[in-house]
Amino acid sequence: MAIIKLSRPKLTVGEKIYFGALIKGFFLTMKHAVASLRNKSRGAKDLASSGLGITMQYPEQRWDDHMPDYYRGAPTLVTDEQGRERCVSCQLCEFICPPKAIKIIPGEIPSDDPWAKVEKRPKEFEIDMIRCIYCGMCEEVCPEQAIYLRKDYLISGLNRAEMVHDKKKLYEIGGVRVGLVNKWNEIK
Amino acid sequence: MDIALIVTIIIKIITLTFVVVLPLVPIAVYFERRFSAIIQDRVGPNRVGIPLTLFGFKKDWSFFGLIQPMADGVKLFLKEDFTPAHVRKAFYWMAPALTVAPALITLCVIPFGSDIKLPGMDPIRLVIADINVGPLFIFAIASLSVYGITLAGWSSNSKFPFIGGVRSTAQMISYEIALGLSIIPVLMYFGELNLTKIVQYQADHGWLLLPLWGHGEGALSLTSKLLFWIPAFISFVIFTISIFAETNRMPFDLPECETELVGGYHTEYSSMKFAMFFMGEYAAMVVGSALIITLFLGGWSAGFGLDAGIAKLSLGSFQIGGLIHLAIFLTKVIGFILFFILVRWTVPRFRYDQLMRLGWVIFFEAALINVFLAALVIASGSHKFTPAILSIGAVLLIVTTAAIVYVAKVSEPKTKVAGQ
Repeated sequence: MAIIKLSRPKLTVGEKIYFGALIKGFFLTMKHAVASLRNKSRGAKDLASSGLGITMQYPEQRWDDHMPDYYRGAPTLVTDEQGRERCVSCQLCEFICPPKAIKIIPGEIPSDDPWAKVEKRPKEFEIDMIRCIYCGMCEEVCPEQAIYLRKDYLISGLNRAEMVHDKKKLYEIGGVRVGLVNKWNEIK
Repeated sequence: MDIALIVTIIIKIITLTFVVVLPLVPIAVYFERRFSAIIQDRVGPNRVGIPLTLFGFKKDWSFFGLIQPMADGVKLFLKEDFTPAHVRKAFYWMAPALTVAPALITLCVIPFGSDIKLPGMDPIRLVIADINVGPLFIFAIASLSVYGITLAGWSSNSKFPFIGGVRSTAQMISYEIALGLSIIPVLMYFGELNLTKIVQYQADHGWLLLPLWGHGEGALSLTSKLLFWIPAFISFVIFTISIFAETNRMPFDLPECETELVGGYHTEYSSMKFAMFFMGEYAAMVVGSALIITLFLGGWSAGFGLDAGIAKLSLGSFQIGGLIHLAIFLTKVIGFILFFILVRWTVPRFRYDQLMRLGWVIFFEAALINVFLAALVIASGSHKFTPAILSIGAVLLIVTTAAIVYVAKVSEPKTKVAGQ
């Protein structure tokens, strides 16, 4: 590789005195100050600013409408259009989960159930939201498309127990997801 | 000394220090945070207020977050006051107090307003100690605050605070010279070291940097005043920048620059001890801007010949002119604090050798030349000197200036050009 020799740029007298640059700098900072007071900051509109600078002020204004499609919020379980649990408790998500946030206790579907073909469903399914890092690997690994990362980001609780989402809570957030899933196909 | 005088002095100390100036410190912190935020296109602390919703009202009352400094104070009080095992205890405990106290002591010579007159009493001057060595007193005491920082750095017994302490010692001592030399032209112009009289003179005959009213009658003429504006402005620039260095504010905050020294001299401090350093720094900022305003921008005077009228205003037999002047003074101080903040976000931090060069090579020489320039301007205004003497003086000044500039240029280290 060629060696490139750099030398300091030669400064003119005006640049050496430094005051010109200072005054320019004052104008720049004041321009920003005035612009943010007038809600004319660059990007204020795109970022839905609160009217001061480019900041959105949280509890009153929310990012919800601006949420991108790829946003990864809380992981949830989903049922299909007929109210069936998609999860077959294969435990792949439990194994892939990097922070080990998921705990599944598999259970059997009794043989008199109309959906007995599936054989298994989770008896308990818990995601510890304190541990969860929202990486989305569970969603990626799930063969049954049963676990999805929704756009919920307001996960809060007053103690550790509240931060563990159990099966009921997961289905409540997850809701219904319509789409093809192979396991209900009788022929397969 | 009679009792009444002592009581007045004590009341003055308590009101001016604890009611007028100390609240300025949290206000300065608040302005620092809000104004920085606005410069950086952010919002800043605007939430802390009175939680009226807790008492059943519809909305919380947060007056632009003005209660934020109070919350900060409470937070600092409630934090654990931790003394590391490896520090030298006595000095470690003494250092924060040594930083705050000098800054507050210097307040006592600053005139906050013109006289207040209560019925049946002598007029009260709004200055704690009306002594005849005002600026000298301030320099003497303000230079003591370097002990606080140095002792903090040394007694912390840890590398980074120590480097911070050493840096601040060198920096403050270097800039004290420029600080002292730069106001000599000002003192020559006023012929006075009493700050009260300096401000009174500016109220009557025009501020040093705005000399547009009150000519003649024992004062200088308009031309010589305007001519003096040049050395006055040079002093103003040097003095202001030196005050920045003295208060360890942004372009010169090498004693505590986070990127190099963690927290600088207060790395090992926590809780209220840290808060005292913080307070000392902001108090120094308040005093510094008060001093600049007093010397160059007319102190408490409103300017344009309005001051005599304002001073005579009274509510019944209670002269309130002094209070109006106090308000004007505080407005000016807050304006200057905003300027401090603006500078903080405009000018990047100096490298240490640049800082020393600026102090010793540029400001020291410039201030020295400025003294003679000011003397020449003042001499040209009076009629004691013939034009011949004045022109000889001017020629000598130009020759000396050229010589000094030449020496400074020659002594400059040659920048190595790569490849040679």
